Amino acid sequence: MSRADRPASNRPLSPHLQVYRPQLTSILSITHRGTGIFLSLGALYLVFWLLAIAAGPDAYATIAGFNASIIGRLLLLGWTFSLFYHLCNGIRHLVWDAGLGLDLKTTYASGWAVVAGAAALTVVAWIAAYAVR
Amino acid sequence: MADLRSPLARVRGLGSAKEGTHHWWAQRLTALALIPLTIWFAVSIIALSGADHAEASAWIGSLWPAALLILTIAMTFHHGQLGLQVVIEDYVHNEYMKLAAILLVKGAALILSVVAIAAVARIAIGG
Repeated sequence: MSRADRPASNRPLSPHLQVYRPQLTSILSITHRGTGIFLSLGALYLVFWLLAIAAGPDAYATIAGFNASIIGRLLLLGWTFSLFYHLCNGIRHLVWDAGLGLDLKTTYASGWAVVAGAAALTVVAWIAAYAVR
Repeated sequence: MADLRSPLARVRGLGSAKEGTHHWWAQRLTALALIPLTIWFAVSIIALSGADHAEASAWIGSLWPAALLILTIAMTFHHGQLGLQVVIEDYVHNEYMKLAAILLVKGAALILSVVAIAAVARIAIGG
């Protein structure tokens, strides 16, 4: 039975996404999913990187050159942030799974901590990477 | 209609997908394993920034990096395909398309992880 010919009910409906005011919690939730999908592409890129190293210096020079380009750096920056965000928010999810920190106040506090932590780790990682070069 | 089975019998490994909590649990276990592995991977890649081919292959070719990298690859692709499966199940509602997409993701994850591990082995052994 499709949605249309279901008999009308008086059950309350959740507001549709388009009319729902965004909150920190919902934004962080969808960002967790988004960064996860983006990191899957990063895992694919890791395979290319390893294959290039296995193929030899010429193939490696090509991928290293792309990494150093503007597009390459933007992608790597995106993957860096996504990795740290997904790591921090993933830990937040594991703590929830243990039944801890589920009240509204703690949820918001841990949410902001995740945002700050992911941003700080990204900045530190890139400063360190440029310092190493 | 009355159900003669006890609630315990119903939940024991048999939800609608006939796999109980296996997916959920595997996602958590791989997540847990990926906490230290991700931190190690990030620190290692930062240390390798700007490395030439000799430096990169020497790092991958050493015992501990090779072993940890293989673990990271296995956990990452397993965790990734579990996550992408949920995304597909949430948004793809045509049964055939959903099955095709999930099989594609699972097949690609398996092949890519094996290829990546083979590449690490090739670098480690080939020098």
